[in-house]
Amino acid sequence: MFNIKEIAKSFLVSLWFMFLTFPIMVIRVNTIYKTIEWRWKNLIMIGAGSFLLSFVWRYFIKRKESGVKQAESGKEQKVPLFRRILEERKLFIPATVLTGLFALVFPFIFSSYQINIMTTALMYVILGLGLNIVVGLAGLLDLGYVAFYAVGAYSYALINYHFSLGFWTVLPVGAIMGALFGILLGFPVLRLRGDYLAIVTLGFGEMIRLILENWNEFSFGPSGIAHIPRPGLFGIAMSLENSIIYLYFLMIAITLFTIFVVNRLQDSRIGRAWIALREDEIACQAMGIDKTKTKLTAFALGATWAGMVGVIFAAKTTFVNPASFTFLESAMILSIVVLGGMGSIVGVMIAALILILLPEYLRAFSEYRMILFGAIMVIMMVFRPQGIVANVRRTYEYHGTPSKNAK
Amino acid sequence: MEPILEVTDLTMDFGGLRALDEIGLEVFDGEIVALIGPNGAGKTTFFNCITGIYTPTRGEMLIAPPGKKKEKINGLKPNIVTEKGLARTFQNIRLFPNMTVLENVMIGRHCRSGSGVAGAVFRNRATVNEEREVVSKSYKILEKIGLASFVNEFAKNLPYGAQRRLEIARAMATEPFLLLLDEPAAGMNPQETAELDELIKSIRDEEKISILLIEHDMKLVMSISDRIFVMDYGRKIAQGTPAEIKSNPVVIKAYLGEETDA
Repeated sequence: MFNIKEIAKSFLVSLWFMFLTFPIMVIRVNTIYKTIEWRWKNLIMIGAGSFLLSFVWRYFIKRKESGVKQAESGKEQKVPLFRRILEERKLFIPATVLTGLFALVFPFIFSSYQINIMTTALMYVILGLGLNIVVGLAGLLDLGYVAFYAVGAYSYALINYHFSLGFWTVLPVGAIMGALFGILLGFPVLRLRGDYLAIVTLGFGEMIRLILENWNEFSFGPSGIAHIPRPGLFGIAMSLENSIIYLYFLMIAITLFTIFVVNRLQDSRIGRAWIALREDEIACQAMGIDKTKTKLTAFALGATWAGMVGVIFAAKTTFVNPASFTFLESAMILSIVVLGGMGSIVGVMIAALILILLPEYLRAFSEYRMILFGAIMVIMMVFRPQGIVANVRRTYEYHGTPSKNAK
Repeated sequence: MEPILEVTDLTMDFGGLRALDEIGLEVFDGEIVALIGPNGAGKTTFFNCITGIYTPTRGEMLIAPPGKKKEKINGLKPNIVTEKGLARTFQNIRLFPNMTVLENVMIGRHCRSGSGVAGAVFRNRATVNEEREVVSKSYKILEKIGLASFVNEFAKNLPYGAQRRLEIARAMATEPFLLLLDEPAAGMNPQETAELDELIKSIRDEEKISILLIEHDMKLVMSISDRIFVMDYGRKIAQGTPAEIKSNPVVIKAYLGEETDA
């Protein structure tokens, strides 16, 4: 691995990086003394760093390629730990029990700050699972998913403001509103695919945000709506701390409900139709699947979850304004789906927890958050384009005539 | 006897280009009919018109499923046409690559089953039974086609010949009365083509499905077809039994070009 050619390659890479980063890392203009500092030390560090990293990078690329070759030659491959946990019963049950226990005791060990973060992470798990239906299963790239989240949040805020209805009444209303807006978006984009669909959905997301920001009489504009009540429990008055714990358990319950429903949808006649639509639209129609209906159900059932989480979001923060529903939010949810693995429920859950929890615990590095984010994305796309946990298709039991099948 | 598919004066224009020019064709129950012609003659366009992927400019397409009333299928969506009992395969294989072989066939059963969102979530008795039936029927079709050993394999991992047969299996799962095969033998070796010959005949004889196929392999066409239609430049230039077509001077001219005798 350490021949002349490799070293020359790494050398060129490090030269290139030194050239690229020269203006920002070496030159510093001091505006007070009107002088220019030349930080040559940085240049050397970058050169050395990229020289070494290029070796590491190539090593991993090579390892990946040899892995692919092994798979092609049909050699026994090591099954990754994730996969084994999911597939082998004797690993899956203890893993589930442990996760469940941890989730149960979590709020009694950690501070309410931690519980709050975990609640937020769980909200993103549900958002990820919802978007997963649209993007991962039906293959419709939706960049405006946050719009449905906003619809849910404002449904609760406005209904509560005007009619003072409580959380539990509005929760299903928010979900239905989400579904309705999903269909509303679905109709005009029925004929669109790929990039064009992405652009229109992006526009839709912005439209909802701009309406909320500018229609003062309706949504109180940028100042938002405050004093939204937290979720209640049969009218029992709770301290702030208790209500945070209550919300946490509520989120756990709703997350479990979401997993249950999404999992069943995925393994159903409708789930199969979504996947077929993603795989080949023309063949899918020629096999008797109604494209319009299938796309609309995907949009509606995906948006339902965003609407529901929107209601919870409004109840959690007790305040909504349009600034919470920017494109960045859509991008975040989409990253969760892509990083987790399109169509994979466990993958999306893990990715949501990583992407939401890591930045919170790495506050010290918050300046570098976006760089880190980008780097993770690039590395994932190169080394594991199928996501953290690749989706596995279900196998079925079949009752054929054994005489013909026996060999 | 009434034809089960009757196409009259079918015309399809793409801008100024006339891809199909007043094509007439009929298929009777229990027949294997071949549609042949040089490349670019409009055969696949003809299939796309019948199956609703294109809307023809002019002409009439009537179907009469055995035991049912005659009806027009002009302007119907592709999925409705499939529901009415016309199923097709594609010239360039269009399977669902990241689904298993069994799931590919199960998609074909979609229009013959009906459980919805509520059924999927609550998984009631009716849904479970329907699902079980879909699986076992799909599996039976795979057994018949000879793909039972591949059930849980991804469609994209199948050998080429098997992918072609899987397309036929998927189309059969929609319970058609007429199967439209677009170059089923393309890219197959002589051994595979011979097996395909057997398979198509058995589909007709055992499943009582009539067949209309586009094919370039003349040996296959001549051996299985009851009647042959020949197209060239969007026009129908000949029709008849294999023997008639073989000796038809117009067909020979279309395929081999004009003789340049002085």
